[in-house]
Amino acid sequence: MRQDIFTVTSNRPLGADLFRMELDGETGEIRGDGDFLNVSVPGKYLRRPISVYQARPGRATIVYKVAGDGTRRMSEWTSGTRADVLSGLGCGYDAARAGDRPLVVGGGYGAASLYGLTRALALAGRKPSVILGFNTCDEAVVLEDFIGLIDSGASVRIVTRDGSAGARGLVTDLIGPEDPSRFSCLYACGPMPMLRALAEKTAALQGQFSLEARMGCGFGACMGCSIQTTRGAVRVCKEGPVFDKGEILWTQV
Amino acid sequence: MDTSVTLSGLQLDNPVLAASGTFGYGREYAEFYDINILGSFSFKGTTLEPRFGNPQPRIAECSAGMLNAVGLQNPGIEAVIREELPALAKVFHKKVIANIGGFSVDEYVECCRRIDREPQVGLIELNISCPNVHEGGMSFGTSPGSAAAVTEAVKKVTTKPLYVKLSPNVTDIVAIARACRAVGADGFSLINTLVGMRIDLRTGKSLLGNGTGGLSGPAVFPVALRMVNQVAEALDVPVIGMGGVSGAEDVIEMMMAGATAVALGSENLINPYACRDVILALPGVMARLGIDSLRSVIGAALSRI
Repeated sequence: MRQDIFTVTSNRPLGADLFRMELDGETGEIRGDGDFLNVSVPGKYLRRPISVYQARPGRATIVYKVAGDGTRRMSEWTSGTRADVLSGLGCGYDAARAGDRPLVVGGGYGAASLYGLTRALALAGRKPSVILGFNTCDEAVVLEDFIGLIDSGASVRIVTRDGSAGARGLVTDLIGPEDPSRFSCLYACGPMPMLRALAEKTAALQGQFSLEARMGCGFGACMGCSIQTTRGAVRVCKEGPVFDKGEILWTQV
Repeated sequence: MDTSVTLSGLQLDNPVLAASGTFGYGREYAEFYDINILGSFSFKGTTLEPRFGNPQPRIAECSAGMLNAVGLQNPGIEAVIREELPALAKVFHKKVIANIGGFSVDEYVECCRRIDREPQVGLIELNISCPNVHEGGMSFGTSPGSAAAVTEAVKKVTTKPLYVKLSPNVTDIVAIARACRAVGADGFSLINTLVGMRIDLRTGKSLLGNGTGGLSGPAVFPVALRMVNQVAEALDVPVIGMGGVSGAEDVIEMMMAGATAVALGSENLINPYACRDVILALPGVMARLGIDSLRSVIGAALSRI
Protein backbone atom coordinates (compact mmCIF):
# COMPACT_ATOMS: atom_id res chain seq x y z
CA MET A 1 0.00 0.00 0.00
CA ARG A 2 1.31 3.42 -0.87
CA GLN A 3 0.12 6.92 -1.66
CA ASP A 4 1.41 8.77 -4.72
CA ILE A 5 0.55 11.56 -7.09
CA PHE A 6 -0.24 10.20 -10.54
CA THR A 7 -0.59 12.22 -13.75
CA VAL A 8 -3.48 11.56 -16.09
CA THR A 9 -2.14 10.99 -19.60
CA SER A 10 -5.40 9.96 -21.24
CA ASN A 11 -9.05 9.81 -20.21
CA ARG A 12 -11.46 8.91 -22.94
CA PRO A 13 -15.12 7.90 -23.12
CA LEU A 14 -15.75 4.37 -24.32
CA GLY A 15 -19.54 4.68 -24.48
CA ALA A 16 -22.30 3.69 -22.06
CA ASP A 17 -20.91 5.96 -19.28
CA LEU A 18 -17.66 4.00 -19.28
CA PHE A 19 -14.26 5.67 -19.44
CA ARG A 20 -10.71 4.49 -19.80
CA MET A 21 -8.05 6.45 -17.91
CA GLU A 22 -4.28 6.09 -18.16
CA LEU A 23 -2.33 7.26 -15.12
CA ASP A 24 1.42 7.68 -15.02
CA GLY A 25 3.19 7.34 -11.70
CA GLU A 26 4.82 4.96 -9.24
CA THR A 27 3.29 1.56 -9.98
CA GLY A 28 5.58 -0.50 -7.77
CA GLU A 29 2.74 -1.97 -5.72
CA ILE A 30 0.14 -2.23 -8.48
CA ARG A 31 -0.36 -5.80 -9.60
CA GLY A 32 -3.26 -5.67 -12.07
CA ASP A 33 -4.55 -8.99 -10.74
CA GLY A 34 -7.91 -7.73 -9.45
CA ASP A 35 -6.40 -5.25 -7.01
CA PHE A 36 -7.70 -1.69 -6.87
CA LEU A 37 -6.75 1.96 -6.59
CA ASN A 38 -8.44 4.42 -4.24
CA VAL A 39 -8.58 7.72 -6.07
CA SER A 40 -9.01 11.07 -4.36
CA VAL A 41 -11.44 13.34 -6.22
CA PRO A 42 -11.20 17.07 -5.44
CA GLY A 43 -14.51 18.30 -4.05
CA LYS A 44 -15.55 14.87 -2.78
CA TYR A 45 -14.75 13.76 0.76
CA LEU A 46 -14.13 10.04 0.23
CA ARG A 47 -11.85 8.42 -2.31
CA ARG A 48 -13.24 6.33 -5.21
CA PRO A 49 -12.16 2.67 -5.24
CA ILE A 50 -11.58 1.53 -8.86
CA SER A 51 -10.15 -1.81 -9.93
CA VAL A 52 -6.97 -1.84 -11.94
CA TYR A 53 -7.53 -2.75 -15.58
CA GLN A 54 -3.93 -3.12 -16.59
CA ALA A 55 -0.58 -2.26 -15.02
CA ARG A 56 2.81 -1.75 -16.61
CA PRO A 57 5.88 -0.15 -15.02
CA GLY A 58 5.09 3.55 -14.70
CA ARG A 59 1.54 3.34 -15.99
CA ALA A 60 -1.78 2.10 -14.64
CA THR A 61 -4.98 1.84 -16.64
CA ILE A 62 -8.47 1.90 -15.17
CA VAL A 63 -11.82 1.36 -16.87
CA TYR A 64 -14.54 2.94 -14.77
CA LYS A 65 -18.23 3.70 -14.96
CA VAL A 66 -19.69 7.11 -14.18
CA ALA A 67 -22.01 6.07 -11.37
CA GLY A 68 -22.36 9.34 -9.47
CA ASP A 69 -20.93 12.79 -8.92
CA GLY A 70 -17.42 11.58 -7.96
CA THR A 71 -16.84 9.44 -11.04
CA ARG A 72 -18.49 12.17 -13.18
CA ARG A 73 -15.82 14.58 -11.93
CA MET A 74 -13.14 12.00 -12.72
CA SER A 75 -14.52 11.71 -16.26
CA GLU A 76 -13.84 15.44 -16.71
CA TRP A 77 -10.14 15.19 -15.86
CA THR A 78 -7.95 16.18 -18.75
CA SER A 79 -4.49 15.03 -19.68
CA GLY A 80 -2.01 16.47 -17.18
CA THR A 81 -4.43 16.38 -14.23
CA ARG A 82 -2.65 15.27 -11.08
CA ALA A 83 -4.44 12.67 -8.95
CA ASP A 84 -3.77 11.52 -5.38
CA VAL A 85 -3.94 7.72 -5.52
CA LEU A 86 -3.59 4.94 -2.97
CA SER A 87 -2.32 1.81 -4.70
CA GLY A 88 -1.54 -1.79 -3.90
CA LEU A 89 -4.93 -2.26 -2.25
CA GLY A 90 -6.79 -5.51 -1.77
CA CYS A 91 -6.11 -9.14 -2.55
CA GLY A 92 -6.57 -10.03 -6.21
CA TYR A 93 -7.14 -13.26 -8.13
CA ASP A 94 -4.80 -16.16 -7.53
CA ALA A 95 -3.69 -17.34 -10.97
CA ALA A 96 -2.05 -20.39 -9.37
CA ARG A 97 -5.52 -21.85 -8.77
CA ALA A 98 -6.39 -21.83 -12.47
CA GLY A 99 -5.54 -25.43 -13.25
CA ASP A 100 -5.43 -26.50 -16.88
CA ARG A 101 -8.90 -25.27 -17.92
CA PRO A 102 -9.86 -21.98 -16.32
CA LEU A 103 -13.20 -20.31 -16.98
CA VAL A 104 -13.43 -16.50 -16.71
CA VAL A 105 -16.85 -14.83 -16.49
CA GLY A 106 -17.32 -11.06 -16.47
CA GLY A 107 -20.53 -9.04 -16.36
CA GLY A 108 -20.78 -5.36 -17.33
CA TYR A 109 -17.84 -3.24 -16.20
CA GLY A 110 -16.94 -6.10 -13.83
CA ALA A 111 -15.16 -7.57 -16.86
CA ALA A 112 -12.52 -4.88 -16.40
CA SER A 113 -11.10 -6.39 -13.20
CA LEU A 114 -10.59 -9.72 -15.01
CA TYR A 115 -8.51 -8.49 -17.92
CA GLY A 116 -5.09 -8.61 -16.21
CA LEU A 117 -5.77 -12.12 -14.92
CA THR A 118 -7.05 -13.36 -18.28
CA ARG A 119 -4.04 -11.94 -20.07
CA ALA A 120 -1.67 -13.58 -17.57
CA LEU A 121 -3.46 -16.93 -17.93
CA ALA A 122 -3.37 -16.72 -21.72
CA LEU A 123 0.32 -15.81 -21.80
CA ALA A 124 1.03 -18.71 -19.43
CA GLY A 125 -0.55 -21.09 -21.93
CA ARG A 126 -3.61 -21.87 -19.79
CA LYS A 127 -6.05 -21.22 -22.65
CA PRO A 128 -8.66 -19.38 -20.57
CA SER A 129 -12.26 -19.73 -21.69
CA VAL A 130 -13.90 -16.31 -21.36
CA ILE A 131 -17.61 -15.46 -21.19
CA LEU A 132 -18.55 -11.79 -21.12
CA GLY A 133 -22.09 -10.53 -20.59
CA PHE A 134 -23.47 -7.03 -21.11
CA ASN A 135 -26.85 -5.34 -21.18
CA THR A 136 -26.19 -3.99 -24.66
CA CYS A 137 -23.29 -4.00 -27.09
CA ASP A 138 -22.49 -0.37 -26.09
CA GLU A 139 -21.23 -1.70 -22.75
CA ALA A 140 -18.89 -4.20 -24.36
CA VAL A 141 -16.07 -1.67 -24.33
CA VAL A 142 -13.36 -4.03 -23.13
CA LEU A 143 -14.30 -6.76 -25.61
CA GLU A 144 -11.62 -5.85 -28.13
CA ASP A 145 -8.86 -6.24 -25.56
CA PHE A 146 -10.15 -9.70 -24.62
CA ILE A 147 -10.45 -10.63 -28.30
CA GLY A 148 -6.79 -9.61 -28.62
CA LEU A 149 -5.97 -12.52 -26.30
CA ILE A 150 -7.41 -15.11 -28.69
CA ASP A 151 -4.06 -15.30 -30.49
CA SER A 152 -2.53 -16.24 -27.15
CA GLY A 153 -4.93 -19.12 -26.69
CA ALA A 154 -7.97 -17.53 -25.02
CA SER A 155 -11.45 -18.24 -26.29
CA VAL A 156 -14.04 -15.47 -25.93
CA ARG A 157 -17.84 -15.72 -26.02
CA ILE A 158 -20.23 -12.85 -25.50
CA VAL A 159 -23.90 -12.49 -24.58
CA THR A 160 -26.06 -9.38 -24.34
CA ARG A 161 -29.46 -8.99 -22.73
CA ASP A 162 -30.86 -7.31 -25.82
CA GLY A 163 -29.08 -9.48 -28.38
CA SER A 164 -27.20 -6.49 -29.84
CA ALA A 165 -23.94 -8.45 -29.74
CA GLY A 166 -23.40 -12.18 -29.48
CA ALA A 167 -26.25 -14.35 -28.29
CA ARG A 168 -29.25 -12.81 -26.49
CA GLY A 169 -29.28 -13.83 -22.85
CA LEU A 170 -27.25 -14.03 -19.66
CA VAL A 171 -23.78 -15.40 -18.98
CA THR A 172 -25.32 -18.33 -17.15
CA ASP A 173 -27.08 -19.37 -20.38
CA LEU A 174 -23.66 -20.27 -21.76
CA ILE A 175 -22.84 -22.56 -18.86
CA GLY A 176 -23.97 -26.09 -19.55
CA PRO A 177 -24.58 -28.87 -17.02
CA GLU A 178 -21.25 -30.48 -17.88
CA ASP A 179 -19.21 -27.31 -17.50
CA PRO A 180 -18.63 -27.42 -13.73
CA SER A 181 -16.76 -30.70 -14.19
CA ARG A 182 -15.18 -29.71 -17.51
CA PHE A 183 -13.45 -26.61 -16.11
CA SER A 184 -10.78 -26.48 -13.41
CA CYS A 185 -11.46 -23.03 -11.89
CA LEU A 186 -14.00 -20.20 -12.25
CA TYR A 187 -12.98 -16.56 -11.93
CA ALA A 188 -15.83 -14.04 -11.99
CA CYS A 189 -16.70 -10.41 -11.44
CA GLY A 190 -19.97 -8.64 -12.13
CA PRO A 191 -23.27 -7.58 -10.61
CA MET A 192 -24.34 -9.48 -7.50
CA PRO A 193 -27.38 -11.18 -9.15
CA MET A 194 -25.06 -12.51 -11.86
CA LEU A 195 -22.54 -13.83 -9.32
CA ARG A 196 -25.31 -15.42 -7.28
CA ALA A 197 -26.81 -17.18 -10.32
CA LEU A 198 -23.35 -18.25 -11.42
CA ALA A 199 -22.58 -19.71 -8.00
CA GLU A 200 -25.82 -21.71 -8.05
CA LYS A 201 -25.05 -23.13 -11.47
CA THR A 202 -21.43 -24.04 -10.74
CA ALA A 203 -21.57 -25.43 -7.20
CA ALA A 204 -19.09 -28.19 -7.99
CA LEU A 205 -16.51 -25.84 -9.48
CA GLN A 206 -13.91 -24.13 -7.32
CA GLY A 207 -12.99 -20.53 -7.99
CA GLN A 208 -12.79 -16.91 -6.99
CA PHE A 209 -15.31 -14.07 -7.19
CA SER A 210 -14.56 -10.37 -6.92
CA LEU A 211 -17.10 -8.35 -4.89
CA GLU A 212 -17.95 -4.67 -4.61
CA ALA A 213 -18.85 -2.67 -1.50
CA ARG A 214 -19.19 0.91 -0.41
CA MET A 215 -15.89 1.70 1.28
CA GLY A 216 -14.70 4.29 3.72
CA CYS A 217 -10.91 4.00 3.66
CA GLY A 218 -10.12 1.15 1.25
CA PHE A 219 -7.19 -0.11 3.34
CA GLY A 220 -8.79 -2.02 6.17
CA ALA A 221 -9.11 0.56 8.93
CA CYS A 222 -12.75 1.60 9.11
CA MET A 223 -14.67 -1.70 8.85
CA GLY A 224 -17.13 0.04 6.54
CA CYS A 225 -17.10 -2.68 3.87
CA SER A 226 -17.19 -5.80 6.08
CA ILE A 227 -19.23 -8.80 5.08
CA GLN A 228 -19.82 -12.14 6.77
CA THR A 229 -18.36 -15.27 5.20
CA THR A 230 -17.83 -18.89 6.19
CA ARG A 231 -14.51 -17.80 7.76
CA GLY A 232 -16.17 -14.99 9.71
CA ALA A 233 -16.19 -11.24 9.13
CA VAL A 234 -13.90 -10.03 6.35
CA ARG A 235 -13.24 -6.65 4.78
CA VAL A 236 -13.96 -6.39 1.06
CA CYS A 237 -11.10 -3.88 0.79
CA LYS A 238 -8.47 -5.90 2.66
CA GLU A 239 -9.14 -9.65 2.65
CA GLY A 240 -11.00 -9.06 -0.65
CA PRO A 241 -12.19 -7.84 -3.05
CA VAL A 242 -11.51 -11.30 -4.46
CA PHE A 243 -12.88 -14.12 -2.32
CA ASP A 244 -12.98 -17.86 -2.52
CA LYS A 245 -16.27 -18.69 -4.22
CA GLY A 246 -17.14 -21.20 -1.52
CA GLU A 247 -16.73 -18.84 1.41
CA ILE A 248 -19.30 -16.27 0.24
CA LEU A 249 -22.56 -16.46 2.20
CA TRP A 250 -25.13 -15.46 -0.40
CA THR A 251 -27.72 -14.49 2.21
CA GLN A 252 -25.22 -11.99 3.68
CA VAL A 253 -24.16 -10.05 0.59
CA MET B 1 9.65 23.94 20.67
CA ASP B 2 7.67 21.80 23.13
CA THR B 3 4.71 19.77 21.92
CA SER B 4 4.40 17.47 24.95
CA VAL B 5 1.24 17.29 27.03
CA THR B 6 0.04 15.18 29.95
CA LEU B 7 -3.37 13.50 30.15
CA SER B 8 -4.11 12.54 33.76
CA GLY B 9 -0.49 11.49 34.27
CA LEU B 10 -0.12 9.91 30.83
CA GLN B 11 2.80 11.70 29.17
CA LEU B 12 2.41 12.28 25.43
CA ASP B 13 5.20 13.48 23.14
CA ASN B 14 2.58 15.46 21.29
CA PRO B 15 -1.16 15.96 21.64
CA VAL B 16 -2.06 14.24 18.38
CA LEU B 17 -4.07 11.04 18.72
CA ALA B 18 -6.04 8.92 16.28
CA ALA B 19 -9.70 8.55 17.19
CA SER B 20 -11.34 5.23 17.92
CA GLY B 21 -12.94 3.53 14.95
CA THR B 22 -10.69 5.18 12.40
CA PHE B 23 -7.42 3.48 13.30
CA GLY B 24 -8.37 -0.16 13.90
CA TYR B 25 -5.83 -1.70 16.28
CA GLY B 26 -3.04 0.16 14.52
CA ARG B 27 -1.62 -2.43 12.19
CA GLU B 28 -3.07 -1.12 8.90
CA TYR B 29 -1.44 2.28 9.49
CA ALA B 30 1.83 0.69 10.55
CA GLU B 31 2.01 -0.56 6.94
CA PHE B 32 2.07 3.08 5.82
CA TYR B 33 4.38 4.70 8.40
CA ASP B 34 6.01 4.33 11.82
CA ILE B 35 3.04 5.04 14.08
CA ASN B 36 5.31 5.68 17.08
CA ILE B 37 5.26 9.32 15.97
CA LEU B 38 1.71 9.56 17.40
CA GLY B 39 1.01 10.88 20.87
CA SER B 40 -1.14 7.77 21.12
CA PHE B 41 -4.31 6.36 19.56
CA SER B 42 -7.60 5.00 20.72
CA PHE B 43 -8.26 1.50 19.47
CA LYS B 44 -11.45 0.32 17.80
CA GLY B 45 -14.45 0.29 20.15
CA THR B 46 -14.29 -3.10 21.86
CA THR B 47 -17.09 -5.03 23.51
CA LEU B 48 -17.22 -8.14 25.70
CA GLU B 49 -18.38 -10.41 22.87
CA PRO B 50 -17.29 -10.33 19.22
CA ARG B 51 -19.62 -8.22 17.06
CA PHE B 52 -20.14 -8.10 13.32
CA GLY B 53 -22.09 -4.85 13.44
CA ASN B 54 -24.69 -3.56 11.00
CA PRO B 55 -25.71 -4.78 7.55
CA GLN B 56 -24.27 -3.21 4.40
CA PRO B 57 -24.09 -0.49 3.25
CA ARG B 58 -22.36 1.09 6.21
CA ILE B 59 -20.79 4.15 4.61
CA ALA B 60 -22.33 7.19 2.93
CA GLU B 61 -20.71 10.40 1.83
CA CYS B 62 -21.82 13.99 2.26
CA SER B 63 -20.40 17.45 1.78
CA ALA B 64 -17.27 17.79 3.90
CA GLY B 65 -17.77 14.52 5.68
CA MET B 66 -19.21 11.05 5.85
CA LEU B 67 -21.75 8.93 7.66
CA ASN B 68 -20.83 5.56 9.11
CA ALA B 69 -23.07 2.87 10.50
CA VAL B 70 -20.50 0.21 11.25
CA GLY B 71 -22.09 -0.65 14.60
CA LEU B 72 -19.09 -1.50 16.77
CA GLN B 73 -17.67 -4.36 14.72
CA ASN B 74 -14.86 -5.84 16.82
CA PRO B 75 -13.42 -9.25 17.69
CA GLY B 76 -14.34 -9.02 21.40
CA ILE B 77 -12.22 -8.18 24.42
CA GLU B 78 -10.55 -11.62 24.71
CA ALA B 79 -9.32 -11.61 21.11
CA VAL B 80 -8.14 -8.03 21.52
CA ILE B 81 -6.08 -8.97 24.58
CA ARG B 82 -4.85 -12.26 23.12
CA GLU B 83 -4.15 -11.19 19.51
CA GLU B 84 -4.45 -7.48 18.80
CA LEU B 85 -2.44 -6.10 21.73
CA PRO B 86 0.54 -8.44 21.19
CA ALA B 87 0.48 -7.62 17.45
CA LEU B 88 0.31 -3.92 18.29
CA ALA B 89 3.26 -4.21 20.69
CA LYS B 90 5.47 -5.12 17.73
CA VAL B 91 4.77 -1.85 15.93
CA PHE B 92 3.76 0.60 18.69
CA HIS B 93 5.84 1.10 21.80
CA LYS B 94 3.73 3.71 23.57
CA LYS B 95 0.64 3.41 25.72
CA VAL B 96 -2.59 2.97 23.79
CA ILE B 97 -6.05 4.22 24.68
CA ALA B 98 -8.63 1.45 25.13
CA ASN B 99 -12.06 2.38 23.79
CA ILE B 100 -14.65 0.18 25.46
CA GLY B 101 -18.28 -0.16 24.33
CA GLY B 102 -21.13 -2.07 25.84
CA PHE B 103 -24.78 -2.94 26.09
CA SER B 104 -25.23 -3.13 29.87
CA VAL B 105 -23.50 -1.76 32.94
CA ASP B 106 -22.25 -5.27 33.73
CA GLU B 107 -20.69 -5.60 30.29
CA TYR B 108 -18.87 -2.26 30.55
CA VAL B 109 -17.63 -3.26 34.01
CA GLU B 110 -16.37 -6.67 32.90
CA CYS B 111 -14.68 -5.33 29.78
CA CYS B 112 -13.00 -2.44 31.60
CA ARG B 113 -11.91 -4.70 34.47
CA ARG B 114 -10.10 -6.95 31.99
CA ILE B 115 -8.49 -4.21 29.91
CA ASP B 116 -7.39 -2.37 33.06
CA ARG B 117 -4.86 -5.18 33.72
CA GLU B 118 -3.11 -4.65 30.39
CA PRO B 119 0.17 -2.74 30.80
CA GLN B 120 0.01 -1.47 27.19
CA VAL B 121 -3.15 0.46 27.99
CA GLY B 122 -2.53 3.95 29.33
CA LEU B 123 -6.06 5.21 29.55
CA ILE B 124 -9.59 3.84 29.22
CA GLU B 125 -12.07 5.66 27.01
CA LEU B 126 -15.60 4.67 27.97
CA ASN B 127 -17.70 4.77 24.84
CA ILE B 128 -21.24 5.55 25.93
CA SER B 129 -21.98 7.42 22.75
CA CYS B 130 -21.99 5.04 19.75
CA PRO B 131 -25.02 6.10 17.70
CA ASN B 132 -25.09 2.95 15.59
CA VAL B 133 -26.15 0.27 18.05
CA HIS B 134 -29.74 -0.13 19.09
CA GLU B 135 -29.48 -1.06 22.72
CA GLY B 136 -26.82 0.25 25.05
CA GLY B 137 -24.26 2.40 23.29
CA MET B 138 -25.53 5.94 23.03
CA SER B 139 -28.52 5.32 25.30
CA PHE B 140 -26.13 5.33 28.26
CA GLY B 141 -24.70 8.63 27.17
CA THR B 142 -27.83 10.66 26.65
CA SER B 143 -28.95 11.12 30.25
CA PRO B 144 -26.89 12.28 33.24
CA GLY B 145 -28.25 9.47 35.42
CA SER B 146 -27.34 6.52 33.20
CA ALA B 147 -24.01 8.08 32.17
CA ALA B 148 -23.07 8.52 35.81
CA ALA B 149 -24.23 5.01 36.72
CA VAL B 150 -21.98 3.30 34.20
CA THR B 151 -19.06 5.63 34.96
CA GLU B 152 -19.34 4.99 38.69
CA ALA B 153 -19.54 1.22 38.25
CA VAL B 154 -16.51 1.13 35.94
CA LYS B 155 -14.50 3.48 38.13
CA LYS B 156 -14.81 0.98 40.99
CA VAL B 157 -13.02 -1.77 39.02
CA THR B 158 -10.33 0.25 37.24
CA THR B 159 -7.07 1.91 38.19
CA LYS B 160 -6.20 3.65 34.92
CA PRO B 161 -7.47 7.12 34.04
CA LEU B 162 -11.08 6.86 32.89
CA TYR B 163 -12.24 9.21 30.15
CA VAL B 164 -15.88 9.16 29.13
CA LYS B 165 -16.59 9.66 25.43
CA LEU B 166 -19.76 11.68 25.20
CA SER B 167 -22.38 12.04 22.52
CA PRO B 168 -23.17 15.37 20.89
CA ASN B 169 -26.74 14.15 20.30
CA VAL B 170 -27.97 15.63 23.58
CA THR B 171 -29.60 18.80 24.82
CA ASP B 172 -27.11 19.58 27.56
CA ILE B 173 -23.69 17.94 27.31
CA VAL B 174 -22.42 19.86 30.34
CA ALA B 175 -25.03 18.28 32.62
CA ILE B 176 -23.92 14.80 31.50
CA ALA B 177 -20.23 15.62 31.91
CA ARG B 178 -20.90 17.09 35.35
CA ALA B 179 -22.74 13.94 36.45
CA CYS B 180 -19.87 11.70 35.25
CA ARG B 181 -17.26 13.93 36.84
CA ALA B 182 -19.06 13.79 40.17
CA VAL B 183 -18.65 9.98 40.27
CA GLY B 184 -14.99 9.95 39.30
CA ALA B 185 -14.55 10.42 35.55
CA ASP B 186 -10.97 11.62 35.09
CA GLY B 187 -11.65 13.34 31.78
CA PHE B 188 -13.76 13.40 28.66
CA SER B 189 -13.45 12.60 24.98
CA LEU B 190 -15.55 15.01 22.97
CA ILE B 191 -17.28 14.33 20.60
CA ASN B 192 -18.64 11.14 19.09
CA THR B 193 -20.49 11.41 15.76
CA LEU B 194 -23.73 13.28 15.12
CA VAL B 195 -26.68 11.18 14.00
CA GLY B 196 -27.45 11.77 10.33
CA MET B 197 -29.08 10.24 7.28
CA ARG B 198 -28.83 10.16 3.47
CA ILE B 199 -31.41 8.86 1.00
CA ASP B 200 -30.76 7.13 -2.32
CA LEU B 201 -32.74 9.20 -4.85
CA ARG B 202 -33.24 6.18 -7.09
CA THR B 203 -34.86 4.01 -4.44
CA GLY B 204 -36.21 6.54 -1.96
CA LYS B 205 -34.60 4.49 0.80
CA SER B 206 -31.77 5.27 3.20
CA LEU B 207 -28.28 4.84 1.78
CA LEU B 208 -27.34 3.03 4.98
CA GLY B 209 -28.39 -0.49 5.96
CA ASN B 210 -28.93 0.77 9.50
CA GLY B 211 -31.14 3.67 8.35
CA THR B 212 -29.08 6.30 10.13
CA GLY B 213 -25.38 6.77 10.73
CA GLY B 214 -22.88 8.95 12.53
CA LEU B 215 -21.67 12.11 10.80
CA SER B 216 -17.97 12.90 11.00
CA GLY B 217 -15.44 14.92 9.04
CA PRO B 218 -14.70 18.63 8.71
CA ALA B 219 -18.44 19.43 8.69
CA VAL B 220 -18.65 18.72 12.45
CA PHE B 221 -15.53 20.61 13.57
CA PRO B 222 -17.29 23.79 14.80
CA VAL B 223 -19.83 21.71 16.74
CA ALA B 224 -17.07 19.66 18.36
CA LEU B 225 -15.07 22.77 19.17
CA ARG B 226 -18.09 24.39 20.82
CA MET B 227 -18.80 21.31 22.96
CA VAL B 228 -15.15 20.95 24.04
CA ASN B 229 -15.24 24.60 25.01
CA GLN B 230 -18.54 24.28 26.90
CA VAL B 231 -17.36 21.32 28.98
CA ALA B 232 -13.91 22.81 29.61
CA GLU B 233 -15.56 26.07 30.61
CA ALA B 234 -17.88 24.38 33.11
CA LEU B 235 -15.52 21.78 34.59
CA ASP B 236 -11.83 21.94 35.40
CA VAL B 237 -11.12 18.58 33.75
CA PRO B 238 -8.90 17.36 30.90
CA VAL B 239 -10.59 16.89 27.55
CA ILE B 240 -9.53 15.00 24.42
CA GLY B 241 -11.00 17.05 21.59
CA MET B 242 -12.11 15.38 18.38
CA GLY B 243 -14.55 15.88 15.54
CA GLY B 244 -13.54 17.03 12.07
CA VAL B 245 -9.93 17.78 12.98
CA SER B 246 -7.90 17.69 9.79
CA GLY B 247 -4.86 19.95 10.15
CA ALA B 248 -2.30 21.30 12.62
CA GLU B 249 -4.25 24.56 12.90
CA ASP B 250 -7.34 22.59 13.94
CA VAL B 251 -5.29 20.90 16.68
CA ILE B 252 -4.24 24.25 18.09
CA GLU B 253 -7.78 25.62 17.82
CA MET B 254 -9.13 22.61 19.73
CA MET B 255 -6.49 23.14 22.42
CA MET B 256 -7.42 26.80 22.70
CA ALA B 257 -11.04 25.70 23.16
CA GLY B 258 -9.90 23.65 26.15
CA ALA B 259 -8.59 20.31 24.86
CA THR B 260 -5.38 18.85 26.32
CA ALA B 261 -5.02 16.33 23.49
CA VAL B 262 -6.66 16.22 20.08
CA ALA B 263 -7.69 13.24 17.96
CA LEU B 264 -7.98 12.96 14.21
CA GLY B 265 -10.75 10.67 13.06
CA SER B 266 -12.16 10.46 9.54
CA GLU B 267 -9.17 12.35 8.17
CA ASN B 268 -7.13 9.15 8.67
CA LEU B 269 -9.50 7.32 6.35
CA ILE B 270 -9.02 9.68 3.42
CA ASN B 271 -5.33 10.33 4.08
CA PRO B 272 -3.63 7.40 5.84
CA TYR B 273 -0.71 9.70 6.68
CA ALA B 274 -2.95 12.37 8.25
CA CYS B 275 -1.71 12.05 11.85
CA ARG B 276 1.93 11.98 10.80
CA ASP B 277 1.43 14.95 8.49
CA VAL B 278 -0.23 16.97 11.27
CA ILE B 279 2.49 16.10 13.80
CA LEU B 280 5.20 17.12 11.34
CA ALA B 281 3.35 20.35 10.53
CA LEU B 282 2.82 21.39 14.17
CA PRO B 283 6.23 23.00 14.87
CA GLY B 284 5.95 25.20 11.78
CA VAL B 285 2.46 26.36 12.69
CA MET B 286 3.58 26.96 16.31
CA ALA B 287 6.52 29.05 15.06
CA ARG B 288 4.25 31.11 12.83
CA LEU B 289 1.90 31.76 15.76
CA GLY B 290 4.70 32.44 18.25
CA ILE B 291 3.84 29.41 20.42
CA ASP B 292 6.83 27.90 22.28
CA SER B 293 4.92 25.28 24.26
CA LEU B 294 1.64 23.73 23.20
CA ARG B 295 0.65 23.39 26.85
CA SER B 296 0.50 27.17 27.05
CA VAL B 297 -2.40 27.36 24.59
CA ILE B 298 -4.66 24.86 26.36
CA GLY B 299 -7.85 26.69 27.25
CA ALA B 300 -6.74 30.04 25.81
CA ALA B 301 -10.35 30.69 24.81
CA LEU B 302 -11.74 29.96 28.27
CA SER B 303 -13.10 32.91 30.20
CA ARG B 304 -11.60 31.65 33.45
CA ILE B 305 -8.05 31.74 32.05
